[in-house]
Amino acid sequence: MLRYLRLFGIQIRASLLLVLQYRADFLLDAVLSLVGPLTALVPLWVVFEQSDHLAGWSFPESLLVLGWFMLLQGILEGAINPSLTTVVEHIRKGTLDFVLIKPADAQFLVSTAKFLPARGINIVAAIGVFAWSFAEMGRTPSAWGLVQAFILLLTATLLLYSLWILTISLAFYVVRVDNLTYLFTALFDAARWPSSVFRGVWGILFTFVIPLALMTTWPSVAMLGNLGNSALVGGILGALAFSAVARGIWMLSLAKYTSASS
Amino acid sequence: MSFRSGLRATPTIYKVAFSEAIAYRAEMIVWALSSSMPFVMLAMWSAVAADGPVGRFTAAGFGAYFLCTFIVRQLTGAWVAWQMNFEVRTGVMSMRLLRPVHPIWHFGVENAAYLPMRIAVSLPIAVILLVVLGRDAVSSSTLMWGMWLLAVVGAWWINFLASAAVGTLSLYMEQSIRVMDVWFLLYSLFSGYLIPVELFPGWIRPAIEWLPFRFIIDVPVQIMTGAVTVEEGAQLLLGQWTWVGVFLAVTLLLWKSGLKRFGAYGG
Repeated sequence: MLRYLRLFGIQIRASLLLVLQYRADFLLDAVLSLVGPLTALVPLWVVFEQSDHLAGWSFPESLLVLGWFMLLQGILEGAINPSLTTVVEHIRKGTLDFVLIKPADAQFLVSTAKFLPARGINIVAAIGVFAWSFAEMGRTPSAWGLVQAFILLLTATLLLYSLWILTISLAFYVVRVDNLTYLFTALFDAARWPSSVFRGVWGILFTFVIPLALMTTWPSVAMLGNLGNSALVGGILGALAFSAVARGIWMLSLAKYTSASS
Repeated sequence: MSFRSGLRATPTIYKVAFSEAIAYRAEMIVWALSSSMPFVMLAMWSAVAADGPVGRFTAAGFGAYFLCTFIVRQLTGAWVAWQMNFEVRTGVMSMRLLRPVHPIWHFGVENAAYLPMRIAVSLPIAVILLVVLGRDAVSSSTLMWGMWLLAVVGAWWINFLASAAVGTLSLYMEQSIRVMDVWFLLYSLFSGYLIPVELFPGWIRPAIEWLPFRFIIDVPVQIMTGAVTVEEGAQLLLGQWTWVGVFLAVTLLLWKSGLKRFGAYGG
């Protein structure tokens, strides 16, 4: 365990150095991290220019969902997506072999391959949006609500990560998939809206198949103090089950992997 | 690098790239899925329109708008910025420079060769559009459809040239993918991809109408759904093709001076 912690530290340092190599890119990335969250507000703002509620959610309440979206987007684009790109490249070129022969768990190695520290700004922006939302509502979140929300943040991260592992597993079957990150980001983008927007098939898809509702809507409901404990337990169990399935599929795909070149 | 030889090579470049498109058909499906955003926006805006029309849009109106948006996006996609970044970084670009065809034209033909596959992806959506929303959801005038064709070609050119211009920037800086991300961010906000341009509040709309973005999605979609008159459409097309000219000039200029700075990496 300690060994993996140390390895984690080394991986983070390496990716930081790598990021600093491309200076223009790094600066632009930091600017983008500042502007990105702001632009996330635009669609919401246009919607509430036209209507005073969105599928049962008021403006400050939808703002909470957007805040959670920003927070998770920061985690996704800062810690998850960059590694994804690296693995896809490895699989395509056949250099994944070099990762596989290293004396550590392959899933751990590929998951910590690359980080974009500039995206940490998203977290600050998200906290700002939460504060704005509660100021607009003129109240503060309950302590238990915050605890629930924090637990859901952990499960949401676990879910995102599992989804990512599933996407990677796809890369073993479909070789040229440099666009998988875009697929991932595009699907995740739906999470910026309260899940009650999606009805029928969409609702089922975004709750159970791609559990976006659990990631942004539920934590917001928890912050508002309206999330039942059974939902919380269901969310935790669901996330654990989902990650177990993802790990299983990863192992299966890895077993099927025959080096692309070399 | 004569014009004639470039023209003569075009069918061959096209054929090669087309077989590539066929070979990577799984990738095509991933691409199609990753541009599924219009469906999400359709669900979102329909929820807003459930209590009454938004502007001139009813729920069905949003249906037509965003299904058309998906189709237009499929038909106008370009990814040359990523290609160029990759080729500059790995040194493949120097191979391309040796060929007696202008590289921008070469990239353009390659990108265009994916169109038949992209049309195939859009067809089911077009069928859904016609079956669910009826014949009236789209324009019924032949003239409008002619204009639509022109608008889609123009939108393709703007998209491609913007992407090529950003790709060319990789000759100046080490990597220009982030610039493309900035472009895409602005594009998704102001092109009509997420929000129909006319739903923006009045004070900001003139600014959006001056930007090139709406000519890529919103204008072809407006023409497709018959939301504009022939005169308005012609005016929009004029604006669109002016932007095509601007982007063409910028891209070629950037390319010409960027090439002088290019030192081949790899080999």
